[in-house]
Amino acid sequence: MALVQSIPIRRVSAKPGQIFAISLIALFLAIFLVIPAGTVIYTAFTEKGTGALTIVNFVDFFNTDLFRRSFFNSVYVSGMSVVWASAIALPLAVLTTRFDFRGSLIIQTLGFVPLIMPPFVGAVAMQLLFGRNGTVNLILNDWFSIRIPFMEGLNGVIFVQSLHYFPFILINLSTSLRNIDRSMEEAAQNLGSSGFRLFRRIVFPLAMPGYLAGASLVFVKVFDDLATPLLLNVKDMLAPQAYLRVTSVGLTDPMGYVISVILIAVSIFAMWLSAVAMRGKDYSTTQRGGGGLSRRKLSRGESVIAYGVVGLILLLVLSPHIGLLLLSLATVWSFSPLPDAYTVAHYGRVFGESSLYIKNTLIYASLAGLIDVVIGGAIAYLVLRTKVVGRRWLDWAATAALAIPGVVLGIGYLRTFYGITLPDGTPLATLWVMVVLALAIRRLPYALRACYAALQQVSESLEEAAENLGATKQRTIRRIVLPLMTGGLLAGFVTSFSTAAVELSATLMLIQSNSDAPIAYGLYVFMQSPAGRGPGAALGVIAVIMVALCTLLSHYVIERRQKALGVAK
Amino acid sequence: MLKTIAAAMLMSAAFVVTVHAQDGGKVTIVTSFSKDVTDPFKAGFEAANPGFTLDVQNKSTSSGVKYIDETKANNQVDLFWASAPDAFDSLKSRELLAKFSPSVTGLPEKVGSYPVNDKDGYYFGFAASGYGIMSNDRYLEANDLPKPVEWSDLTKPEYHDHIAIAAPSRSGTTHLTIETILQGEGWDKGWATLKGIGGNLQQVTERSFGVPDAVNSGQTGIGIVIDFFAFSAQASGFPVSFAYPSVTTVVPANIGIVANAPNQAGAEAFVNYLLSEKGQAVLLEPAIRRLPINPALYEKAPEGFPNPFKDPRFQSMITFDSDVSKKRTDVVDTLYDQLISFQLDNIKGATKAIHEAEKAVAANEQQPARALLTEAHALIAAMPITAEEAASQQVRDAFTGGEEKTARQAELEQKWAAFATEKYAAAKAKAEEALALVD
Repeated sequence: MALVQSIPIRRVSAKPGQIFAISLIALFLAIFLVIPAGTVIYTAFTEKGTGALTIVNFVDFFNTDLFRRSFFNSVYVSGMSVVWASAIALPLAVLTTRFDFRGSLIIQTLGFVPLIMPPFVGAVAMQLLFGRNGTVNLILNDWFSIRIPFMEGLNGVIFVQSLHYFPFILINLSTSLRNIDRSMEEAAQNLGSSGFRLFRRIVFPLAMPGYLAGASLVFVKVFDDLATPLLLNVKDMLAPQAYLRVTSVGLTDPMGYVISVILIAVSIFAMWLSAVAMRGKDYSTTQRGGGGLSRRKLSRGESVIAYGVVGLILLLVLSPHIGLLLLSLATVWSFSPLPDAYTVAHYGRVFGESSLYIKNTLIYASLAGLIDVVIGGAIAYLVLRTKVVGRRWLDWAATAALAIPGVVLGIGYLRTFYGITLPDGTPLATLWVMVVLALAIRRLPYALRACYAALQQVSESLEEAAENLGATKQRTIRRIVLPLMTGGLLAGFVTSFSTAAVELSATLMLIQSNSDAPIAYGLYVFMQSPAGRGPGAALGVIAVIMVALCTLLSHYVIERRQKALGVAK
Repeated sequence: MLKTIAAAMLMSAAFVVTVHAQDGGKVTIVTSFSKDVTDPFKAGFEAANPGFTLDVQNKSTSSGVKYIDETKANNQVDLFWASAPDAFDSLKSRELLAKFSPSVTGLPEKVGSYPVNDKDGYYFGFAASGYGIMSNDRYLEANDLPKPVEWSDLTKPEYHDHIAIAAPSRSGTTHLTIETILQGEGWDKGWATLKGIGGNLQQVTERSFGVPDAVNSGQTGIGIVIDFFAFSAQASGFPVSFAYPSVTTVVPANIGIVANAPNQAGAEAFVNYLLSEKGQAVLLEPAIRRLPINPALYEKAPEGFPNPFKDPRFQSMITFDSDVSKKRTDVVDTLYDQLISFQLDNIKGATKAIHEAEKAVAANEQQPARALLTEAHALIAAMPITAEEAASQQVRDAFTGGEEKTARQAELEQKWAAFATEKYAAAKAKAEEALALVD
């Protein structure tokens, strides 16, 4: 049993290097997150008109039926989304890591694609398939005269969110499962445990850090997400209420910012809860890299069932992308199960411009992903391995980024950095680097959770052993900690990268010219007119394929590395 | 491995920086118009004015206004180009627009009954837009519905759950539609119509384009939209129709030069191009289909294209008083949100109950039941404030934080929402009572 009480960490005094690292990260977060967001959210604490400090806005929040209802709806939807996302992710993760299953690589990649839902087009595609008069309902209505309200009300939001965000659980859980050493499993088997009991008592608890990292991300992300409820025209949830108030023309209404503050508070509370759930438990194992859990062969019957389950799940979770592909090839698609006719003209239309968008997207998203992994890894290390004062604050600040609406961050960047001019007179805020930084901040929580989970599975005794043998701290980190965390770091990079590649809300405020625009902006520009729907969808397909290829590549790297390690052993 | 990736990325990053250099003739324009609109104008403008390049920054109208406001200290934008006149009004009142007199002359001063240009010369109309009802032909046929032509048609029971509208607080053009109905029919009757339509809504979208999108794809059958959304959808092959109701108005879509424009000459050149006959002709392209402001262009327009300068139906349209509208913009938008958008389930439930009861009463006419239904209608139509109160300084100050406010905006919102919840519940109860009487 690996769940032993953790040994209290003995190092009390902080090393100068650690203090330096923590101040550097704190400075980065302060400049690019706390100050810009603060300049905007500050409004929540002021009285309208006079600007005097007050908390009356928060009193108003709790006195308003609409906001109270929105709050409970948001909690309900987030909780249910975690349940359904787990139901989708668990079988996929277990089948691909625990069994000899052909095409695991493809499942790991395809199962990840739902995260890459380009703005607007993804929504349109979903409506065309599952909407009230979408493909499924038109056929059902024809044959049986019934309609299923997939996309209506809170249940519609839960449906779409579970499909969209289950990869968070899949990725983090798979990484954790891969990191469990088979000796644990073998020991349990020797003691007579097998089958579901083995999974429930040994494997799943050992993979707990990954599962919790994923589940808490899903909860917070759904809680803070505004795109899906707005797409389904569900307005009585918190995040859409904040967005609707922040972005209206005319005068600023403090309530929008009050809701932002509440979103941030709940997000941090949820992360704190998941940390409390892990407290006092040690999930690390000393033996590593035996190629992960032993992979069992499936019998013929089991194979059929497994392929059936996987096929069904993949069909369901990839349906938005199938719809997107159809839309990109359709001439006119209106009130019919399938498009009227097909054409490739839309791809021709976007072909010339898309190379610029693709180049920009790759640069922005990969730089943002790298920044996230470096900072996320550093924060995880500082929190889990050191006693430096204020390390928890870094974690919370970075997590808060999840709850700050993109448009608030965008406006904050304009306010903070527009006044600073470069030598040639152009404002700092107009540089494309600012887009990268905004993306990095927005996606930092994803990478942070992955790094956190990865480090929790590395036993500290390995580091102590290295230090006892005379290695310095830096050398230990470089030679012991980092190599053992690689899987988690890559998972973090992939999540940050792929979601940053389709991010729009902060980008829309900061993009200054078409030559700096990423693909999500290109999509937005097309998706505002009837004739632009096809080209927009074509661009969406290109974005999905591009990001999926990058993901496939990194999975390939992980698999090869795992195999190489297994062989070396 | 990671190092190589990092190095490759840094190199590509450096490449992007060097690409960045621009020549002197860049004209930067912030617009809410789609690529289908901006691309032909960019091509035409650059051909007509060699040396200038047009750099289009696409933002929604509201984020465009916010953007120009936030960046005014070091402005890099030359032009603002969008539909809703109220966005330009808001920019003008914050002194973010520059005065200009275009070199193009001979354009009409009014379209319908709305002045084409800002009276102080801060922004100019370049196209006319009317508001009306767009519908999906296939959807109407499948649901056996007639084509609606008047606002009052939309309150009929057969259209229950078939209509979409953009929230007026989110869409400047929808706000004008709402305000047109309120001015044309009067405050109380206007709100009764709006709530009648509100009870039949399927969805209230948060983007203007969300409505034509839903109608095009057949997710909903009927949408309240600005005309060119329907015309350009028709030109793209979608099976949709459009009708101007008799209470409507045409208003101009506008362009204005931003104050302290870095390229004033380029900005002026673009405004002049846009108003010239060449620029106006671009408006007739199939993917754009907006009504040109220059009457001469209508000779080249396709068959059946409406002409706001000749068509008699446009002449009879109501006069739109923008001063009245401006005074109560926030109040009207918030009322719509609190009484309809955020109460959609309640108002729909009550309306459905009334429709069912009316059907039963029509088959078995009884005086007490009829009286209950009249009461139910009155309960739905009841307004928490009068037109005078809506324009009063006290209420306006609640929204702006001014000195004369008697309550905070959040308190007013809660009061109005509670009022609506109570009235809709009471209306539903009356309708159910009426149904029980005749059943």
